[in-house]
Amino acid sequence: MKYMMMMHHPGKGPYEMMTWPKEDISRHIQFMMSFIKKLGAAGELVAAEGLGGPDQAKRVRAGDDGKPITDGVFPESKEFLVGYWIIDVDSPTRAYEIAAEASAAPGKGGKPLNMAIEVRQVMSAPAPDAL
Amino acid sequence: MQLALDTQTQRLLRELAPQVLGVVVRRYRDFAGCEDAVQEAFIAAAAQWPRDGMPDNPLAWLIHVASRRITDYVRAEAARHHRESLVVSLVPPDEQIALAADTDGATERDDTLDLLFMSCHPALSPASAIALTLRAIGGLTTAEIAKAFLVPEATMAQRVSRAKATIKASGVAFAMPSGDELAARLGSVMHVLYLMFSEGYAASSGKEVVRTDLSGEAMRLTRLLRRLVPDHTEVAGLLALMLLTDARRAARTGPLGEIVPLDQQDRTLWDRDAIAEGVELVTTTLVKGQVGPYQLQAAIAAVHDEAASAGDTDWPQILALYGVLMRMTDNPMVALNRAIATAMVDGPAAGLALVDEVAADPRMKEHHRLDSVRGHLLERAGDRAGAIACYRRAADGTASVAERNYLLMQAARLSDLDRQLAGGRQRSTRAALSK
Repeated sequence: MKYMMMMHHPGKGPYEMMTWPKEDISRHIQFMMSFIKKLGAAGELVAAEGLGGPDQAKRVRAGDDGKPITDGVFPESKEFLVGYWIIDVDSPTRAYEIAAEASAAPGKGGKPLNMAIEVRQVMSAPAPDAL
Repeated sequence: MQLALDTQTQRLLRELAPQVLGVVVRRYRDFAGCEDAVQEAFIAAAAQWPRDGMPDNPLAWLIHVASRRITDYVRAEAARHHRESLVVSLVPPDEQIALAADTDGATERDDTLDLLFMSCHPALSPASAIALTLRAIGGLTTAEIAKAFLVPEATMAQRVSRAKATIKASGVAFAMPSGDELAARLGSVMHVLYLMFSEGYAASSGKEVVRTDLSGEAMRLTRLLRRLVPDHTEVAGLLALMLLTDARRAARTGPLGEIVPLDQQDRTLWDRDAIAEGVELVTTTLVKGQVGPYQLQAAIAAVHDEAASAGDTDWPQILALYGVLMRMTDNPMVALNRAIATAMVDGPAAGLALVDEVAADPRMKEHHRLDSVRGHLLERAGDRAGAIACYRRAADGTASVAERNYLLMQAARLSDLDRQLAGGRQRSTRAALSK
């Protein structure tokens, strides 16, 4: 079963990481890279992407003529999606384990961030016996 | 179980790709259909050769299989249209996009060049042209190309077939162009190959473990193009530029996947053979006197590659080369690079003034490279706070993770230094007070 794990960031201001000491930034990046490699090696990684900063975010709606109406930037938004992983695992328990590992990514001073990771199941085709 | 082709056979298949396609397009006159048929012949080869052994004449085998596919396809189509007889061309005229009429003396050289002109057709978006070129001339499968671009195979298959539909709809005749037209079409081919190279260059630092080597494929196709037009100085310049840039591949990313800038690269990791070949090529080409932008960029890359250390770089020569390049192209990125060279020769203030000029170009509106260059120059000028702000803005603006990480670390390195100095000042103030 597939899950999407989403990492959010408080909407106000630039990414927190911007102001960390160099050592902390590089420890964090190192963690994220080996995390992805490990998921890939375990055959559990489907996709992972980081998203551009909120400064470039736009909200788009179609007008009556079908043309795009763009809106943004949103400094007041409570939080922003900054990146996601899609994993393919055997059980929800395994998905939560992986999410907890991501949550504990090292932050400032190497302290675990313990950030909230939203875990959502990715919809799939019905099981053969349901047809 | 499916056996895999060995590397040597794979290489042979790729080299045969344009020849096979050239022959069948000339015979059946439908580029889109023939291109599909050749792709199927290659897939058949990958399935059968490891099991049955390689045929005595692989080229003839591939042409035979591809021809059979296309006649099968056309017969099915013809039956569907209740047409019994097949005339000169098996394909209805409105579905044809063909190579120049089969005149006497048509050579393999013309075939491959024609195919390149088709795949790098100016009506195509760069992404489509790259994909089609990789398939039709590069002999890559749709699955391999999809993997290189990190998109699903079905998406890539769609992109290729839409590209072929676009070529068909453009209604351009595919007679071998002459004179100015030939130069323009060669220009598109070089541009597509250069973008293919850059795509690979930018992508290889990512998180992916296995990627089809787009840069390597671009270089192979540029070598092929050079064999077709050996006297063309810009094609030679393009190949030299690729060699001299790719030579630094192993040194250009750090352990965290971050960009390592030229002045901090471990030069012992540079590929000396590639540098020697590139320098030789650009040197012998420049003396022919038909200088163009690719040759100049190759010459600039050669000056960097030949410097024993960053400090030994001959910046006045680089600045002079950018001066000539600026007169040939109206590319703001070239102007921005010239600003860097200017800073290296005349100091950061002169460079910063030029960056401001480039920033006024509407095409550069809020481009993150402006801030990244400003950051470097402000740092050299001793303005740490200004440099930090620029690096952070650039990190916010870039769409490349490797570049963002690099810029974040630059900003962090300077603010670490700020903190240390502030700590030092506090300590010395305390020491002075306690006296």
